Amino acid sequence: MKTVSAADAVALIPNGATLMIGGFMGVGTPERLIDELVRQGKRDLTIIANDTASPGCGIGKLVDAGLVSRTIASHIGLNPETQKQMIAGTMTVDLVPQGTLIERIRAGGFGLGGVLTPTGVGTIVEEGKQKVEINGKSYLIETALHAEFALIDAFLADYSGNLAYALTARNFNPVIAMAADTTLVTAEHIVPVGLIAPDHVVTPAPLVDYVVTN
Amino acid sequence: MSAMDPQTIIAKRIAQELRSGMLVNLGIGIPTMVANYVPNAVKVFFQSENGLIGTGPIPEQGMGHRLLTDAGGRPVTALPGACTFDSAMSFGLIRGGHVDVTVLGALQVDAHGLLANWMIPGKMVPGMGGAMDLVTGAKRVIIAMQHTAKGKPKIVSKCTLPLTSARPVDLVVSELAVIEFVGGHATLQETAPGVSVEQVIAATEAKLAIADNVSEMRV
Repeated sequence: MKTVSAADAVALIPNGATLMIGGFMGVGTPERLIDELVRQGKRDLTIIANDTASPGCGIGKLVDAGLVSRTIASHIGLNPETQKQMIAGTMTVDLVPQGTLIERIRAGGFGLGGVLTPTGVGTIVEEGKQKVEINGKSYLIETALHAEFALIDAFLADYSGNLAYALTARNFNPVIAMAADTTLVTAEHIVPVGLIAPDHVVTPAPLVDYVVTN
Repeated sequence: MSAMDPQTIIAKRIAQELRSGMLVNLGIGIPTMVANYVPNAVKVFFQSENGLIGTGPIPEQGMGHRLLTDAGGRPVTALPGACTFDSAMSFGLIRGGHVDVTVLGALQVDAHGLLANWMIPGKMVPGMGGAMDLVTGAKRVIIAMQHTAKGKPKIVSKCTLPLTSARPVDLVVSELAVIEFVGGHATLQETAPGVSVEQVIAATEAKLAIADNVSEMRV
């Protein structure tokens, strides 16, 4: 793990990159990395996240700045700007049931090709997907997702890279930490090694590449 | 006493379906109001799918925490004994059948209990969020909705809007009636105070079976 400035962390990201971003309606989203993406004008991004928050908040700032060309999310209902860009055709939006989205990410990080889920069977979600029957019940094959970068917000990080989260800001963060080539982390507090008890570490240090200095 | 508004009637009636020890997930809108009418003696675990069991009421002004929100992103409280977890765990709870009851809104419910509640093609495409997983995985699915929208029935013969799940819902509670899906057919069980069976039939497009002893909703 290396500590870096937000500017240097975001400088690693090329235009056109695929990013998984933590957060649920902006809660648990690494705002400083988002702000830096906007400042550096990283374009043509593919965003994999639960939602696109709302205008001016979290991932919504990337949408506002017109930096996103594709979004894979479960919900965009609270961001009219995302819907506007989707209807205008300047952004492609793949809507995925939330439980399926997080499992596809988990599969990507856990070395699985995908998962079998009953969610979406008999709905438009099953279009174009393989269906299998196991013990008389139908499941969709939902394929794994990977990203080049995971942008994570933690509550505590230690100087070896162990992470712990707070309250409802955990959400997608520990799952995306497994599913990307490079992880960039912001943390509310960066603490000495040993201060996060082994039983309280949620994301183990070897998964963390960069922690942004506070 | 002034007449109770439709949303309150619905929320009060659904609250009676909850029992101590149940894990319950409430959707946005009328479903959220259900929590206000659960008797103090009934200790329910409310789940917020963004990663919380033990969701409490909305905090007093100035007492919220920016990292403690519900699935709509609004500040909530966490009751003593609450716990937090990631989204994979949260949806494992939902899809895995560990949630006893989910209460959700609806655009349409059909004669067999199939639900459409997540999009109106060409008009409203917010994304399904957690709705498809909740309807597919929860042990019991209760729909909280007004009986009609702009005068048109919402309980229809067949949904014209995209379905949420192949799994039918268990119960619909509106301001007019309680409808249960007995053997796969919409069956009128209760009518609201002052509402006749005929009024419910007139406001419903789906063919309703009528229970032998239709009772009055207690609200």
